[in-house]
Amino acid sequence: MSQQSSNILEIVDISKIYGPVKALQNVSLYVRPGEWLAIMGPSGSGKTTLMNIIGCLDSPSLGRVVLDGLSLDSLSAAELTTIRRESIGLIFQQFHLISYLTALENVMVAQYYHSLVDEKEALEALEQVGLADRAKHLPRQLSGGEQQRVCIARALINHPKLLLADEPTGNLDETNEGLVMDILHSLHRQGGTIIVVTHSPEVAAHAERTVVLEHGRVASDSKLGAQEKIFDQASQGVEGLEGTKSAKEADSPIVEKAGGIG
Amino acid sequence: MFFKMLLGALSRQKRKHLMIAFTVGLGVSLATAMLGVMFDVGDKVNQELKSYGANLSVIPKGASILSDLYRFQDEGQTNGESGSAGTSRAGSPIGANDPSGSSASSSSSSSAGSNQAGAADVANNFIPESELYKIKMIFWAYNIVDFAPYLSIDGFVGETSVPLTGTWFNKHLSLPTGDEVDTGMTGLKSWWVLDGPPGDDSEPNEVLVGKEAAQKLNLTKGSQFTISLKPGGEGMTFTVKTIFESGGEDDGKIFASLAPVQELADRKGLVQRVEVSALTTPENELARRAAQNPGSLTRLEWDTWYCTAYISSIAYQIEEILPMVRVKAILRVAQSEGAILEKTQLMIILLTVLTLICSALAISNLVTANVMERSVEIGLMKALGATGLGISVLVLSEILIASFVGGLAGYLVGLALSQLIGLSVFGSHVAIKLVVIPIGVLMVLLVSLLGSLPALRALLRLKPTEVLHGR
Ligand SMILES: Nc1ncnc2c1ncn2[C@@H]1O[C@H](COP(=O)(O)OP(=O)(O)OP(=O)(O)O)[C@@H](O)[C@H]1O
Ligand SMILES: [Mg+2]
Repeated sequence: MSQQSSNILEIVDISKIYGPVKALQNVSLYVRPGEWLAIMGPSGSGKTTLMNIIGCLDSPSLGRVVLDGLSLDSLSAAELTTIRRESIGLIFQQFHLISYLTALENVMVAQYYHSLVDEKEALEALEQVGLADRAKHLPRQLSGGEQQRVCIARALINHPKLLLADEPTGNLDETNEGLVMDILHSLHRQGGTIIVVTHSPEVAAHAERTVVLEHGRVASDSKLGAQEKIFDQASQGVEGLEGTKSAKEADSPIVEKAGGIG
Repeated sequence: MFFKMLLGALSRQKRKHLMIAFTVGLGVSLATAMLGVMFDVGDKVNQELKSYGANLSVIPKGASILSDLYRFQDEGQTNGESGSAGTSRAGSPIGANDPSGSSASSSSSSSAGSNQAGAADVANNFIPESELYKIKMIFWAYNIVDFAPYLSIDGFVGETSVPLTGTWFNKHLSLPTGDEVDTGMTGLKSWWVLDGPPGDDSEPNEVLVGKEAAQKLNLTKGSQFTISLKPGGEGMTFTVKTIFESGGEDDGKIFASLAPVQELADRKGLVQRVEVSALTTPENELARRAAQNPGSLTRLEWDTWYCTAYISSIAYQIEEILPMVRVKAILRVAQSEGAILEKTQLMIILLTVLTLICSALAISNLVTANVMERSVEIGLMKALGATGLGISVLVLSEILIASFVGGLAGYLVGLALSQLIGLSVFGSHVAIKLVVIPIGVLMVLLVSLLGSLPALRALLRLKPTEVLHGR
């Protein structure tokens, strides 16, 4: 495990079992800082389950997860909450803005539960997603695309180490999908680590690596080409096996210094 | 930020919180009204019971036949006419032989007719003031705490009619036995709330005016007024010494010393009624039998009864010494009123508790629905790093604020409601009791906290993963 420090996320042989349903079976996944990963797979293949475990909203039945060098084994829900607060940014398909708070206040809620409220910073975050003029609007006064951008601003406001997006464009049209992908691209350029669950090959194409789940197992990983190689990676350590990583390699030094997003 | 969220939730989800406020308000208004009435009316009656009050009513034999009728009429009409109406209608037992005369005298009730009443009427319908000292000379004389005579007329101040009653405020009597006795209404009506000194028989031109009468006549302490038997007629001028509040129908009356009223009514040396307050032994089987039919007692039983301070034996002894009167016990009425009151209070408390339980159930439903509806929002807050405690505090604050707003409104409505009940049921205003406020605050807290418990449990158990991905 000498490579721990070079991976921001290590998932080792986890399973999630709901009675007779095995939502995840022996899944392993390693993610390097600054990587942009897309997770695909048919409905019910365990994508959301995996995201919940990575996002510290849930724990695996078996196996271990190491997030930024910190093992999540046997942590209580309260401890997981603390880690989630500090390290994870979440984006959902249904946006989930608080209906009675303005766009700005919705961003500030994340600050409030994280540490201190800073209205100026929250406004800047909205500016970055192009919504400075919508700050005082309530969610119902915003379009779906605008709501999702507020969610992104909220997810990024505390500089998470990892941005998790479960079908962020599932409810959006192409134009808004494009806007959201632009924001993710600029985040990626700044060295942010991004994991996106999507059904859309176009969205997945923006990522530099695609993992496909089927029946709770990793069916393919574009980084490895085949599933068996995951175990090779685990034993041999991770070094570039594919040509696609030249761009990512160039990014990573910056990330290591920044230690976070934005 | 906490306050921003609180404010946002409160101001932008007005309807839900208004429903909670309304529910609490409804409960609190009913509870406030009921408790207010309970405390106040309870106080009034208890005061009357505690301060001996009158427990014997002495009336002339002739009047006693119709006295119940008069009382009904007195209470039915706002300006009780017991005075001159009683005087003129006193002729009715005689007048029964002469229907035209009786109807004439009762229709022209005010004054003129009464002056023509015959000597027999006077003897039958009045008690001589000079005989009253004998009440203090019966076997149980020392049990007679206080007594006071009354003579009432229906007077007019300008065009406004108002009952005027003459009485002893503080009469000094020197008995033939050599005993010196002070008695009068001041001791008899010890629960009256006076805004000045009590009445004094040595100042016959100064009167005590009931609160409602003072309002009606626009009188204040120190003001002078002239009262006459006919509207606008010549009369007697009095000065208002003190304004009192009795909590009962006496509030609509004026009380003066006996002498000037006797003079005004042309009934020198006569009274209509005497109230006696006596310390008595609780009734038992013997007393009840004696009250029903004294003849049924054996000699020994009769002696025992006579020598015990039963209310019936004291009444009997007063009738013995004053042959022209009938004595009625009024304590038993008061006692049963007391019993009814206690039962009513118990019922009110039960009803209040039931009301509160209903409110708590309703709140519980509303809050649970509210939390369920907001489960996604709550899951999101948890996902953003909020603790269960933090969210509980937020939700509870919302509910408590809504509850207290509702509670305050409910309290005010309840006050109005209790006045309405007081006026329509008890015929008097209900004093605002401050005890109701802490009780109300406690009720609001209890109801809203208990009502929120199930919702809070659900809130704490809620897992963000179950609500955030819209399965
Ligand atoms: N709390 C739960 N209890 C029981 N079974 C569950 C639970 N959560 C998920 N599952 C099951 O686990 C499997 C994987 O679910 P998951 O939500 O991860 O799929 P998904 O890949 O996200 O599907 P979709 O693309 O439709 O969102 C499903 O068969 C689902 O029924
Ligand atoms: Mg899913």
